[in-house]
Amino acid sequence: AQAEEWNKAAFEGKSLDEVFKALGAGTPDKSGAVVINAPDIAENGAVVPVGITTNLKANQFAILVEKNPSPLAAEFFIPSGTEPFVTTRIKMAQTSNVYALVKADGKWMMAVKEIKVTLGGCGG
Amino acid sequence: MSLHSEWASAQAKAHSFYDLPRFGNVHLLHFTDCHAQLLPVYFREPNVNIGVGPQAGKIPHLVGDYFLKANRIASGTRDAHAFTYLDFTAAAHQYGQMGGFAHLSSLIKQLKVSRPGALLLDGGDTWQGSATALWTQGQDMVDAALTLGVDVMTAHWEMTLGEKRVMEIVQKDFQNKISFVAQNITTTDFGDEVFAPYVIREMNGVPIGIIGQAFPYTPVANPRYFTPNWTFGIQEQNLQKTIDQVRQKGAKAVVLLSHNGMDVDLKLASRVRGLDAILGGHTHDGVPVPVKVKNAGGITLVTNAGSNGKFLGVLDFDVKGNKVVDFRYKLLPVFSNLIAPDPQMSQHITQIRKPYEGRLSEKLAVTDDLLYRRGNFNGSFDQVILDGLMAQKNAEIAFSPGFRWGTSLLPGQAITMEHLMDQTAITYPYTTVSNMTGENIKTILEDVADNLFNPDPYYQQGGDMVRVGGLQYTIDPNATVGKRISEMRLNGSLIDADKSYRVAGWAPVSEETRSSNSEPIWDLMSRHLKEAKLIKPKKLNEPIIKGVANNPGIAPIS
Amino acid sequence: MGDPMRIRAAESNGTVDVKILMKHDMESGQRKDASGKLIPAWFISTVSVKAQGKEVFAANFGSAISKDPFLNFKYKGSKGDKLVVSWVDTKGDKRSDEATVS
Ligand SMILES: [Mn+2]
Ligand SMILES: [Mn+2]
Repeated sequence: AQAEEWNKAAFEGKSLDEVFKALGAGTPDKSGAVVINAPDIAENGAVVPVGITTNLKANQFAILVEKNPSPLAAEFFIPSGTEPFVTTRIKMAQTSNVYALVKADGKWMMAVKEIKVTLGGCGG
Repeated sequence: MSLHSEWASAQAKAHSFYDLPRFGNVHLLHFTDCHAQLLPVYFREPNVNIGVGPQAGKIPHLVGDYFLKANRIASGTRDAHAFTYLDFTAAAHQYGQMGGFAHLSSLIKQLKVSRPGALLLDGGDTWQGSATALWTQGQDMVDAALTLGVDVMTAHWEMTLGEKRVMEIVQKDFQNKISFVAQNITTTDFGDEVFAPYVIREMNGVPIGIIGQAFPYTPVANPRYFTPNWTFGIQEQNLQKTIDQVRQKGAKAVVLLSHNGMDVDLKLASRVRGLDAILGGHTHDGVPVPVKVKNAGGITLVTNAGSNGKFLGVLDFDVKGNKVVDFRYKLLPVFSNLIAPDPQMSQHITQIRKPYEGRLSEKLAVTDDLLYRRGNFNGSFDQVILDGLMAQKNAEIAFSPGFRWGTSLLPGQAITMEHLMDQTAITYPYTTVSNMTGENIKTILEDVADNLFNPDPYYQQGGDMVRVGGLQYTIDPNATVGKRISEMRLNGSLIDADKSYRVAGWAPVSEETRSSNSEPIWDLMSRHLKEAKLIKPKKLNEPIIKGVANNPGIAPIS
Repeated sequence: MGDPMRIRAAESNGTVDVKILMKHDMESGQRKDASGKLIPAWFISTVSVKAQGKEVFAANFGSAISKDPFLNFKYKGSKGDKLVVSWVDTKGDKRSDEATVS
């Protein structure tokens, strides 16, 4: 797949449903074939590593952060010959579910993980 | 690995207390979280160490009599004193102080005679916790570790000396002597390894792999500005990859030298394959009998070796063919009056302390009370600090961090500058005073409570609840985040979410507070103690704790 | 124009592992300056990576990608492949950098 136009409606969507709709994703089914690689606790809410991998023949990924003002953080386009794998770093204002979306054979699927953003301090 | 082996916890006589017959052909000696205590200390174990969810009532969340019963230790014995808070003052008078590097050194030398080739592993939190460690930027402990013969170490509080200092020690002082290992620390740019992830050492013809696991949440629990170019985390997948690699390279026994904390290690052990043992630290739990955790690869032993130099773990493996077939484990309490100090280490300690003796021995006050810190909520020394903060900063509420280190003082002891530094010696000692709304205060309490009581260990940070002065509250550890704290009151009146309150504190993790360069806590507290002169026993400002009636992780102070 | 990117690309068993660090403040539009005024959003919105002239990876970013964006992906390729990474931000600024697969 070639890079698509910057999807204004999706990136400016204010809720998960708005973003799903703008992506044409319907309500994606949760799938064990989608793996989200991310920490349980963010070391720094401004730099949270998030990765997606799948064994599906995927051509498009997306990362959504439920509690961010605009949930859609990024979309990725995976041409054939490129592995269904990506890692990037995102900003999170507060503890939130993070969604990894994968589009394969025209169908969107997803995995969800809660990433905690804490004030920090203290220790043993 | 067989499932039956453990040392009987028989009560030994003084002369035979440390007679431990050799077993097998691989020997690991392990200490952790000494927090820079070079001299023998008193250290009271907690009477509140609540486990929630699946950890409720399980090791290590057992205190006092529950602990003794689960570990088959008779009450009133040496072991009972080493492992619990029970009858602390009387037992401390009877059995004396514990730990001290000179005594630890003698014990290690003795064990190495019966266990040729034994490796000494240091689980970290070694370069922080005392005045001399702070004033020498960890050099006293670095030299002591070299003299002690440490072979491998990992880290947590070490990082609060900053990246540059850590690298200097690892690359210069430790070069070809101590392997500093951490599979879970990488650079923030491209994710490159910062330290060796593991080391393979041969012992009695058997190659052993030791993988390092530094504290995963260092940039969260401590100021991130000390390690701006490094990232941590649990890194479970990379750990599995590392274990497989170490096995492939021929290691016949593989252990994780971990600073995850006990609950995190128990969960980790259930999820990765190929570890024979996790030698753990950080949560300061003295665990006499390893927990055997089943996983897809077999069984992994999980231990935790206490803190403050009180214990030395001895793990013997019998490796036959390509694998560990049996083991013995003993967590030896280090009783200073049962062990002759090692002259070489004694000399080193004397020399280190010499330039500082005057400052260290300055008498600030006398205590009539048993002073301690360790426990999920306020300890009596925390209470002294909170009272000092409120008085000196003219604040109605005070916060003090839930650190698990800090030595204990018996009634009648003088509180010296050294004792005060044992409670406060950190590289970000700044005191703060700010106006916080009731809502802010609730957010902070909820956030810290979730770091302590989240039922999923991977979401815990292994410290204790922030200590609170002035403010009373109710906590329900079993509730979910945002719903644990209620009934916040000041002088009997409910806290108003919108109203502003004057709150004092110390040890802030934010960068802005660092640049304010405000008065260090030890200056504020030495002034306060000198004014007070005598510390009288006082009621601890503990919260009302809901839903723990049958929880063996909490017991009233007897 | 912006500052140069840092690109690492290494081949192993026919797979090229590409890591890219772009240099950009990625203003989210949520931050306030010292005087309390909202700093307007300004961030990289599209990224394209070509190997030997063929697109092997593309991304569209929103305002929640971290300052100095990072990307790691893998494609089937060879040592010596010429990579061109290009980005465009929300003000229309552009930047391209090249790297050779090692
Ligand atoms: Mn510790
Ligand atoms: Mn620690």
